[in-house]
Amino acid sequence: MFGLDKVDTRTFLFVVAITLLAPFILNPFPSESALAQFNAGYPDLMQRFVIFGIFAIGFNILFGLTGYLSFGHAAFLGVGSYAAVWMFKLLSFNIVPAIALSIIVAGLFSLVIGYICLRRSGIYFSILTLAFAQMSFAMAYSVLSNPSFNLTNGETGLQVYASDPQYLKGNGPDNTHLFGLEMNSTATLEIGAWAFQFNIGFYVCAAFMIAAFYIAMRIFRSPFGLMLRAIKTNQTRLNYTGLNSRPYMLAAFVISGMYAGLAGGLLAATDPLAGAERMQWTASGEVVLMTILGGAGTLLGPVLGAAFIKYFENIFSKINDTVLHTWFSFMPESIENFLVAIIYPFVGKGWHLTLGLMFMLIVIFLPGGLVDGGMRIWNRITGKNRTQADPVADPKPAE
Amino acid sequence: MSKFEFTRRGLIKSGAAVGAGLAMPTILTRPAFSYTNEPKGGTVTLGFNVPQTGPYADEGNDELLAQKLAVEHLNGEGDGGCLPTFSSKALKGNGILGKKVQFVTGDTQTKSDAARASAKSMIEKDGAIMINGGSSSGVAVAVQGLCQEAGVIFMAGLTHANDTTGKDRKANGFRHFFNAYMSGAALAPVLAKEMGKDRRAYHLTADYNWGWTQEESIKASTEALGWETVNTVKTPLASTDFSSYIAPVINAGADVLVLNHYGGNMVNSLTNAIQFGLLDKAVNGKDFKIVVPLYSELMAAGAGENIKGVLGSMNYNWQLENAGSKAFVKSFGEKHGRPPSNSAQTCYAQVLLYADACERAGTFNPCGVVEALEGFEFDGLGNGPTTYRKEDHQCFKDVLVVRGAQNPTSKFDTLEIVEITPVANVTYPPNHPMFGGDAATLGKCNAGV
Repeated sequence: MFGLDKVDTRTFLFVVAITLLAPFILNPFPSESALAQFNAGYPDLMQRFVIFGIFAIGFNILFGLTGYLSFGHAAFLGVGSYAAVWMFKLLSFNIVPAIALSIIVAGLFSLVIGYICLRRSGIYFSILTLAFAQMSFAMAYSVLSNPSFNLTNGETGLQVYASDPQYLKGNGPDNTHLFGLEMNSTATLEIGAWAFQFNIGFYVCAAFMIAAFYIAMRIFRSPFGLMLRAIKTNQTRLNYTGLNSRPYMLAAFVISGMYAGLAGGLLAATDPLAGAERMQWTASGEVVLMTILGGAGTLLGPVLGAAFIKYFENIFSKINDTVLHTWFSFMPESIENFLVAIIYPFVGKGWHLTLGLMFMLIVIFLPGGLVDGGMRIWNRITGKNRTQADPVADPKPAE
Repeated sequence: MSKFEFTRRGLIKSGAAVGAGLAMPTILTRPAFSYTNEPKGGTVTLGFNVPQTGPYADEGNDELLAQKLAVEHLNGEGDGGCLPTFSSKALKGNGILGKKVQFVTGDTQTKSDAARASAKSMIEKDGAIMINGGSSSGVAVAVQGLCQEAGVIFMAGLTHANDTTGKDRKANGFRHFFNAYMSGAALAPVLAKEMGKDRRAYHLTADYNWGWTQEESIKASTEALGWETVNTVKTPLASTDFSSYIAPVINAGADVLVLNHYGGNMVNSLTNAIQFGLLDKAVNGKDFKIVVPLYSELMAAGAGENIKGVLGSMNYNWQLENAGSKAFVKSFGEKHGRPPSNSAQTCYAQVLLYADACERAGTFNPCGVVEALEGFEFDGLGNGPTTYRKEDHQCFKDVLVVRGAQNPTSKFDTLEIVEITPVANVTYPPNHPMFGGDAATLGKCNAGV
């Protein structure tokens, strides 16, 4: 189906099902229970899951297939966001022109940066991309936000003000919308003690992610994808055969830049603000972590990795000592205090620590990332030593 | 390559699935709230959104402690803190409007994006009815915009840029902290008294919004005194070594250095300036001076010896002797073994002010709360008599001019109060050009839903 073979079709339908049913899957605990803390099924986080999923899928096209580690991908995300917010400021809150422009601008930007950076490979490539991204960050943070020429609004972030022209707005909604469907409108379905939230913005982003996933899948299976994998395996040999590999590299770089731009545009579409810190090197590092954590070079990996990191960032950071005390309140006070003292450094403000530990464990014991882990469990359950029907899911660490 | 096959059976099946999908929204219900997150049970949830990681983590932590203390006092636990000294007697120590106060916390990471994500999760998931706290003006403006859209009340923590209640002011947003203009207005007379009226000032400014507004404010008020501004130099935010910026200061013939820096930036630039021996120099026949317009306890502790004698301004200092301040310092000190910082005091006061406004309005509805807070005059929370101005939701109160203590008696005694500038001297019209002029409006209060 859809031009995919049987295994891929199954993977694709699996992704579609998981994405569409996310409001149910991410809300396993009743809203009043103590475990509701771990529910992730609220609109903002679900949107982030799919948006950063898109970002990581795109990054994986470059990193997973060609092995070129870009350390500056956040720059494209940021540029996409700025482009989208400018469309909101100038035209209207309709997200279609905003997202279109964010993809185009990010594509052009990555064409320029890619053209320069791809002259080098390995660590030099990574450093060059990092340098460009930091340069873009500095430009956005201060240079391009001075009062006389304010393109980015610096530290505060670019926002839409009531005084902005919005030439096409007319009587349209005051929030971002898709032809009238407001992105932030949410319907709640209450079944017993559960409350499931269905948000327009999430489903719009989910549709984009499914499309992005499908395209990535087709790229992975295409002759073009094969060429990219050849670059990863041995670029020198490829060059000796008389092939010029650079156009392929550049194409992969631009495609993944456009993915980042789409993610940036969607971030702005769900929340019309673009901040410079979206371009900072930490943000670039985050997408690298997502991809490696989930499994570089696999199709599903980046999406899982993105969800994993965003979950930690948003759920674990909110567990404070008061919450811990309520969890353990059934125990004698001394044990309660002891347990809280042990666990507290790892949650709340210590969420980075837990994430770091998890990352270490995964990289050491599951070199192929979460996908590798899932595969091992699956093989254990089915008792099969399943041969790789999917060469791409080959759980080898990225080089 | 691709092969799409259509069969009758497949078409019917997918048609049915699409139909079911389209019918889905019609069976969904919207919650019957009359405003965002209307508290239905016996509790009400406040959201405390502060930096817990990143450069301002210590400050955020202090804010969090103060907010927790405020919740205790609202629920009638602890010693009651400022409830007895607060001029409004609507709070009874039984929660807010009879509902027990709960809170959720989040990490802003001092990034607008992360702060908005965290605030959104509090609103969408935890049902928070107001968001309080934070350090950095960028974050404050970003979260304020979010709360305006979502229909909850936002009370900014430490935010000093004019924009927060200037061109970016919002009906659902309130600021207790003072701002750059007030710093300038409060400092200028003291500077004139201590340094004379014919000084030549050199500004080093952190290159982002807050730095610019502060530079603009200080420049305006010192030039009004008769000072001359020799040069203003923007320094990149990520700088850690300011030597190359300090060296030209003397050559430029300046005799006052104004450091429009905050946090780690200020600690580093001040340390560099001291290392260069600026304070020992005499230029134009006058002793060289350094001014740090915005001080915090954290920076004072970081800069250590170097701040001795350096002038700056603050929103609040624990050494203030009024009844509200004493009650708060006692309550905070007994619990945590040290005096509170000025951002902690702001966050504490705001929780009480919000609770009190709900009590007086008789509702949690943000529009009712806005009405109750607008033009509200109060006393007894530590800063002396204070007014929430109706036009821009900025608090007006006395501003402290402080100096790095020459002979500190304890490790908390790093700053000494030089002067308490009365509120009349720091008041400005709501349509002041530094605050967005006539174009800046609050807009309408938003109750969401």
